[in-house]
Amino acid sequence: MAEAPRTQAGAYTPTLMVAANTLIRRERRLPLPGEVSVEVGDRVEAEQLVAAAALPGKVSAINVARELNVPPGEIGPRLLKHEGDPVELGEPIAEYKSFLGFFRATVLSPASGTVEAISTVTGQALIRGEPIPVELDAYVSGKVVRIEPGEAVTVECRCALIQGILGIGGEAHGELALLTGSATEPVTAEALSEAHRGKVVVCGAQLGWGVLERAREVGVAGLVAGAMSATDLDRLLGAPLGVAITGQEQVGLTLILTEGFGDLNMAQETYDLLRQYEGERVALNGATQIRAGVLRPEIVISLGGATGEASPPPSGQLQVGSRVRVVREPYFGLLGRVSELPDQLKQVETEARTRVLRARLDDGREVTVPRANVELIER
Amino acid sequence: MNPEDITVILATDCGSTTTKAILIELQEGEYRLRLRGEAPTTVEAPYDDVLVGVRNAIAEVEQLSGRQLLDEQGELIRPARDGRGTDIYLSTSSPGGGLQVMVMGLVRRMTAESAERAALGAGAIVMDVLALDDGREAYERIQRMRQLRPDMVLISGGVDGGEVERVVEMVELVAAAKPRVRLGTQFCLPVIFAGNVQARPLVQQALEGVADLHIVDNLRPTMDREHLQPARDGIQEEFLVHVMQHAPGYDRLLEWVDAEIMPTPAAVGDIMRQIAEREGINVLGVDIGGATTDVFSVFDGRFTRTVSANLGMSYSISNVLAEAGMENILRWVATEEDPTRLSDRIRNKMLRPTTIPQSLEGLRLEQAVAREALRLALEQHKSLATGLRGVRRERTISLDQRQMGETCLVDMRRLDLLVGSGGVLSHAPRRNQAAGMMVDAFQPEGVTRLAVDSIFMMPQLGALAQVHPRAAEQVFFRDCLIRLGTCVAPVGKPRPGRLALELEMKGETYGVKGGEMALVPLPPGEKREVTVRPGPGLNVGAGPGKCLTATVEGGVTGVILDGRGRPLQLPPAEQRAEVLAQWEAALQAYPATGETADLPGVTNG
Repeated sequence: MAEAPRTQAGAYTPTLMVAANTLIRRERRLPLPGEVSVEVGDRVEAEQLVAAAALPGKVSAINVARELNVPPGEIGPRLLKHEGDPVELGEPIAEYKSFLGFFRATVLSPASGTVEAISTVTGQALIRGEPIPVELDAYVSGKVVRIEPGEAVTVECRCALIQGILGIGGEAHGELALLTGSATEPVTAEALSEAHRGKVVVCGAQLGWGVLERAREVGVAGLVAGAMSATDLDRLLGAPLGVAITGQEQVGLTLILTEGFGDLNMAQETYDLLRQYEGERVALNGATQIRAGVLRPEIVISLGGATGEASPPPSGQLQVGSRVRVVREPYFGLLGRVSELPDQLKQVETEARTRVLRARLDDGREVTVPRANVELIER
Repeated sequence: MNPEDITVILATDCGSTTTKAILIELQEGEYRLRLRGEAPTTVEAPYDDVLVGVRNAIAEVEQLSGRQLLDEQGELIRPARDGRGTDIYLSTSSPGGGLQVMVMGLVRRMTAESAERAALGAGAIVMDVLALDDGREAYERIQRMRQLRPDMVLISGGVDGGEVERVVEMVELVAAAKPRVRLGTQFCLPVIFAGNVQARPLVQQALEGVADLHIVDNLRPTMDREHLQPARDGIQEEFLVHVMQHAPGYDRLLEWVDAEIMPTPAAVGDIMRQIAEREGINVLGVDIGGATTDVFSVFDGRFTRTVSANLGMSYSISNVLAEAGMENILRWVATEEDPTRLSDRIRNKMLRPTTIPQSLEGLRLEQAVAREALRLALEQHKSLATGLRGVRRERTISLDQRQMGETCLVDMRRLDLLVGSGGVLSHAPRRNQAAGMMVDAFQPEGVTRLAVDSIFMMPQLGALAQVHPRAAEQVFFRDCLIRLGTCVAPVGKPRPGRLALELEMKGETYGVKGGEMALVPLPPGEKREVTVRPGPGLNVGAGPGKCLTATVEGGVTGVILDGRGRPLQLPPAEQRAEVLAQWEAALQAYPATGETADLPGVTNG
């Protein structure tokens, strides 16, 4: 007779963290080896430089043999520049003169930089452009806990952390400013003024195009909202967003949506936590990658020397009493608590038989929802 | 272990989202699927270990079957004894979105295209195809190589004894770019060279110290010959040796398996080939996933696989919307809802990719998007499933036209079997919905059989076929392949209200009018000789207006009479709701209000 199984199979439920006090580590990795300017144990500020590197410049190629009309194996004596030599844009790198000098052909460098290679097999010359400097700041305030010499710095930060569902644009910093008095109140463009320049501005409910346009005009550093229309996002990006892999966009600000697309309010817990830190300087990052093991956009509020017990990492486990957000129609965007977790598969309206839960929504309704359609809100 | 002694088989497929486990047992002399379990894949943070997801999926199988498969330390119990454990364990995998390959060749439509076919056939996602005639400057190619982080690079170019210099020129660009690998930053990028044999020493010289070079036979040794297998084998070997070893947790998974881990699409491709070979038929298969859609075709024994890397039903669903356009998705939706709101709903699925439709309206919308994803994936497949380009043919005026037509290997009129797999097809609450999606998207012509992968287990069976072909075949035909039935559709433009075709079967006559659909029940396992009489000017395979005698196969759906013509005639917006309702009703695709019909259903989760 077989023994009963011992493990609870994969009941992992996605989580968006809204934590009042947690400990995070953020790795700052150079794209190529360079220099790290801090030591393990150093305290760093979010906007402090911690590492720098010089990226190799752009490579340009030109076929010297073809330009001179000679076989590749015969270019050697015609070269004016050799591997490792610096060159300027338009400077001659090879020259061919016929007997008595009646015919003459010159190959000019297609870029400024250094001659990286000249092949006598193909006749191809590669010119490497000037190095491109890259500087990394600490992103969050905290303590340096790990260094990979010349490559990476890890900063540990005690903070309040809010994860969004989708972001646009990369890292930014600014003072937190709330535009509305509640998570459900719509915002108008008039609420934004020059005073919001460089700040991270929070809207509660759906973000309209007018507010977005005004925020860019004013020069806010970041915009955090519950939701927006996907059509407005396309307009912002200039093209439809095909897959949720973001962070490199250059749209003049960093945007973070906490709930999704459509007419949705920001979750009350999220709004309340942001309100608590109004006026504080925060770090945010719009980079998002929605795949197994997601990268979420985030708002990080460093708590400086705060102590006390940090929130445990998300459990991903649904239990009766768990706080959840429904993330699919017909109850999309509504919040509630799990009231029952039936073991048996249940048939839903589509006729699919699936694992469900019962939840008491904040509006008092008791509903049945597929377990796949909820997100845990863990603090 | 001797295959004859194997009584219990456990197999997993580690997809980019979900790890699926199946348990097969020998029951009364036959291998049968016992059940299936699944859990989220754990290749990335916070777990960074594929084995966590594998154990969770196996644990679900344990929970559902009552059979203990893992011991107290979480190790597999082998061999099967006293109702515990398994005799063998196999796995397929597409970690982190699958095997990602960058392809290079000299001429885009010749050697580079052959290389692309080789990479796709090996189960790879082709990140980009670089060729000397791709319209890019050298620096742009270098930039692109640096920007992409492929698992490996496949270089072709030059027929044997042909061009050397230009091949080396391409290779020098790779050396200059020094592309970084995606997984495991400590090792050199694997490069497979499958080009002109005479270029080998120079290629070796150019890549010394920059890449881990592997040389295989030229994939295009002459202009009129394509020899893809060595390159495919080279890719799969590198996949195992380098890529898998560096994916988190795969070192342990490699210790667990009793046969090589296959890339998921390669395993599915093998199964498709086997069906075509066994039955001597032309097969078109599709596997529509969350991120990508793979299309496989075997026509006259020639196998082609393509992957549409950004057409899928969750991670890539917004890209389907972007590529198809809302107006094309709306062709399949009978709703008055504002397109902006529909767009928001589709995009929200991208943000929450693991959610499932709860309402019928949500299901209809998702299946509408699936139709467009499938249609676009087939279009992309047709563009690559071609004869060899660059081959000189004798041309005469009379033959020229036919030769042009012959370049595409996929001919829907000659298609015998259409097979669907992947969540949206395998998990459709009614099988008739899967049939409807496939017929609408692929528009089979004449008489075509339809089937669907019951619970999406073709990958595991492809892997099993390597070590135990009999078990794989038995489970495939008994438990995996669900025969939906047969679609009969005339080519041409049927006139609305007039007879589009008549079908005579067992002395009964069934008809369908132009623009309409009808369903004739014929249970699974039954085959019938039928006479199909098309309307005037319409062609079901015997010529315009001519009768065809054919065999139709039954299935859980039955025989679909499709009077909508080919190419498919879709209704204008003002008639859409009414016409779509007729088609849905004819196929009994969705429950009527208040109905909970006892139709073939499947289980989600």
